[in-house]
Amino acid sequence: MNALLIELPLAWPELALLLLGSVLLVVDTMVPGESRRATCLLAQVALVIVTVLVVAGAPAETNLAFSGHFVSDPMAAALKVAILLVSVMAFSYAADYFDEHGFFRGEFYILGLFAVLGMMVLISAHSLLTVYLGLELLSLSLYSMVALHRDSPSASEAAMKYFVLGALASGMLLYGMSMLYGMTGTLELSALSRAVADLGGNNIVLVFGLVFIVVGTAFKLGLVPFHMWVPDVYEGSPTAVTLFVSSAPKIAAFAMAMRLLVDGLWPMFPAWEGMLIVLSVLSMAAGNVIAISQSNIKRMLAYSTIAHVGFLVLGILSGTATGYAGAMFYAIVYAFMSLGSFGMVMLLSRRQWEHDRLDDFQGLARRSPWFALMMLILMFSMAGVPPFAGFWAKWFVIKEVIAAGHAWLAAVAVVFSVVGAYYYLRIIKLMYFDEPVAMAAPRAAPGVRILLSANALALFVVGVLPGALMALCIRAVGM
Amino acid sequence: MGTSLPLLSLLVWVPVLGGVTLLWLGDARAPAVRRLALAVSIVTFALSLVAYREFQLDTYEMQLQEFSVWIPAFNINYHLGIDGIALPLILLTTFMTVLVVIAGWDVEQRPSQYLAAFLILEGLMNGVFASVDAILFYFFWEAMLIPMFLIIGVWGGPRRVYATIKFFLYTFLGSVFMLVALLYLYGQAGSFNILDLHRLPLPLLAQELIFVAFLLAFSVKVPMWPVHTWLPDAHVEAPTGGSVILAAILLKMGGYGFLRFSLPIAPDASVALANLMIVLSLIAIAYIGFVALVQLDMKKLIAYSSISHMGFVTLGFFIGVPALLATGRPDAGVMGLEGGMMQMISHGFISGALFLCVGVMYDRVHSREIADYGGVANTMPKFAALMMLFAMANSGLPGTSGFVGEFLVILASFQLSPWIAFGAATILILGAAYTLWMYKRVVFGDVANDAVAALQDVNAREFVFLALLAVAVLAFGLWPAPIFDVMHPTMEHLFEQVTISKVGG
Repeated sequence: MNALLIELPLAWPELALLLLGSVLLVVDTMVPGESRRATCLLAQVALVIVTVLVVAGAPAETNLAFSGHFVSDPMAAALKVAILLVSVMAFSYAADYFDEHGFFRGEFYILGLFAVLGMMVLISAHSLLTVYLGLELLSLSLYSMVALHRDSPSASEAAMKYFVLGALASGMLLYGMSMLYGMTGTLELSALSRAVADLGGNNIVLVFGLVFIVVGTAFKLGLVPFHMWVPDVYEGSPTAVTLFVSSAPKIAAFAMAMRLLVDGLWPMFPAWEGMLIVLSVLSMAAGNVIAISQSNIKRMLAYSTIAHVGFLVLGILSGTATGYAGAMFYAIVYAFMSLGSFGMVMLLSRRQWEHDRLDDFQGLARRSPWFALMMLILMFSMAGVPPFAGFWAKWFVIKEVIAAGHAWLAAVAVVFSVVGAYYYLRIIKLMYFDEPVAMAAPRAAPGVRILLSANALALFVVGVLPGALMALCIRAVGM
Repeated sequence: MGTSLPLLSLLVWVPVLGGVTLLWLGDARAPAVRRLALAVSIVTFALSLVAYREFQLDTYEMQLQEFSVWIPAFNINYHLGIDGIALPLILLTTFMTVLVVIAGWDVEQRPSQYLAAFLILEGLMNGVFASVDAILFYFFWEAMLIPMFLIIGVWGGPRRVYATIKFFLYTFLGSVFMLVALLYLYGQAGSFNILDLHRLPLPLLAQELIFVAFLLAFSVKVPMWPVHTWLPDAHVEAPTGGSVILAAILLKMGGYGFLRFSLPIAPDASVALANLMIVLSLIAIAYIGFVALVQLDMKKLIAYSSISHMGFVTLGFFIGVPALLATGRPDAGVMGLEGGMMQMISHGFISGALFLCVGVMYDRVHSREIADYGGVANTMPKFAALMMLFAMANSGLPGTSGFVGEFLVILASFQLSPWIAFGAATILILGAAYTLWMYKRVVFGDVANDAVAALQDVNAREFVFLALLAVAVLAFGLWPAPIFDVMHPTMEHLFEQVTISKVGG
């Protein structure tokens, strides 16, 4: 009983979010009016409260709780704050989008809150069971969010694909977990790590288990060849949902890879290092090359996500603390880049239901010089050109890959990032070099305009002064 | 002496902030924007002259250094400083930007963005030349692509999109290998300070790989044969100001990179691969010279002439050590380096001037085809006289700045082998052939058509920028000593660095 009283405060943010989410579920049914603005606002207030709780309780060292199933460490706190901030912004963008399209669903925000809860549990997971618990809470919320627009065939199709493939991946993950549990007799990650070290990394059952774990993780990250769902889901979902799916869950997926592979299966590093190298190179190659031929911006950004995640994984497979810090930096910067880019897509998708052809960016520099400049920042940041944050994300990861002795891998990565630069440049070409077809300037609520500008300018500020965020990531990973 | 002003930071940030102010003012206040752009560029030029006055001529050490911590976690610092290599290039940058602003006075399409792009570009280029930290250098080096990409893409000719994307991807691809090399060097030295990297001992194989990585980055920028193909496209499609900056300064960054990175960081590889460099340079000089001869488009002709002349620069840089080994006399090495450097400065003036001349004609006739002209001297006598001077300088006539560098490089090559000197000297023949033949077809003869008959001679504004360049070309042709005074200690030190092996040291 006493132990519980000591351990419970470590999970205050998760408990608070669970409570607030449940309350909001009831409150939403009583919200007057159709627009659900109040639900959005309350959901954002809930996220801010949880953010305050996370910051207030941020630990200086690693604390285990609930028989080692739950961990509270600096990395968890930093990642949770990033996810909460991203989600608050995503909700703001979404509210404006739903208003514009007359599509009002309070469930979006409630499902969003539960997805955030799932991500937070996943980040703080310290046993195979909690990893699975967090992952399923996150995934099921996302499946429902994708299916939210039930009259749209493409959204239903996307949700169906996502669900079937996601369930398959979860099954693989669970199968791998059962093998690990069968061999080691433990679910707790540090005990698992010790047991694996005792058994030796070449144990055949463990290697099979590892393969299934890597497959499950790769699916959630969207690495090639487990990436098939990404373009369909991104394209088929309402843009507000795509925005959410593409941002915060990537940070959670990074945490999942860290917990399972680094915390739990560190003794098998030589085995999973090789697997991740293959997945990473394939993702960078396929993602960047296929993105070139897309004419739908959401599909293009989906393939770009695949390439970015492939790049991010390079940091994890370098196997050093600064390498993980690099991957973490990449995940956070990427979440904000993705948020901003889909935010811009939503800004342009006025009134018509979906307005997401690449051509819609044509002549934006004439119609709205300010937002064209913001999109320019986002695209150059994605391409990894200084002075924007995306450059440092790539820089950090490449540096760690070289330090780990894989100079050739760094060379492959930079070549594919040049390939990737092409399709980002194409957007800039459309905005700046082409004449506009229609002169209508994009319209949006003032709040969203300010938020979107702040989002893009933040990437510029971090690009000029990246030191603080880098130091934060290094301290958070601090091993 | 010594001022307390952070001169180098001002050289970087005054134009950048000036450019941002222009963007904020917008096209609605175009007259004010033009005046402000001119004022900012003149102030920046004045600042660079102050830097010249403060510069000590008797040392190779980095001067006017500024230091503050940037990213403490990885020992990356905002570290600026200039030596005898950087200062002349910074002066060239600030001078040419003033001319480009004057030349861009009449741009009607989005004038504030046009001028802002050039000012921001100027600040970033100064940053490239003044960086002592390798990551800071890379930061400016890459960031510079963004304004240049927009300048060609927004204000360029009909095929501007193709040209600008080709330009961006070509240079980006070269640069990323440099980044990999720099990160590898950091792993060895634990520092991004370029001077620390100069002192870092490295085995020959590592040096060769690093040299090749740098070569990919710098040879694209110079550009050297066979990675030169982006340049004619970019030059032809770029607006006049863009061509001027591209030819006068951007190409020099490749040469600067060889001096600042390749030679001192990988000296043994520079010696081992010197023959490769000499061969590539000679191909550029001779083969590209012939290519220039057959061009029908004036801008394309000058673009190929640039590649050919830049071949001279790389020849001068890499001729030194083989010449020393062949003859035992070290003076050829310093001579080659200084000749190459002089050629870079001089080519900055001359190519810039020639592109401005084409721009002056293009503004009136809207054609760059040689065949559309003829007899321009009859209607534009002042212009014809000025262009004559630049054409002569491009051919390397003694008394113009074009002669000094070429003469020194040929002299240095002679120490190694008369045959190389012979190959190098073809530039004098070919350069004279393609430049003067173009000049003859465009300027001399009878008035070719109505468009030429209707030409007005240069106005006061055009006369100002061409006359300023004419003065520079003549002044440094007759009295190049100030440039040599500035760079001599640095070049001597650099050559010493190249001759001392770093293998296993």
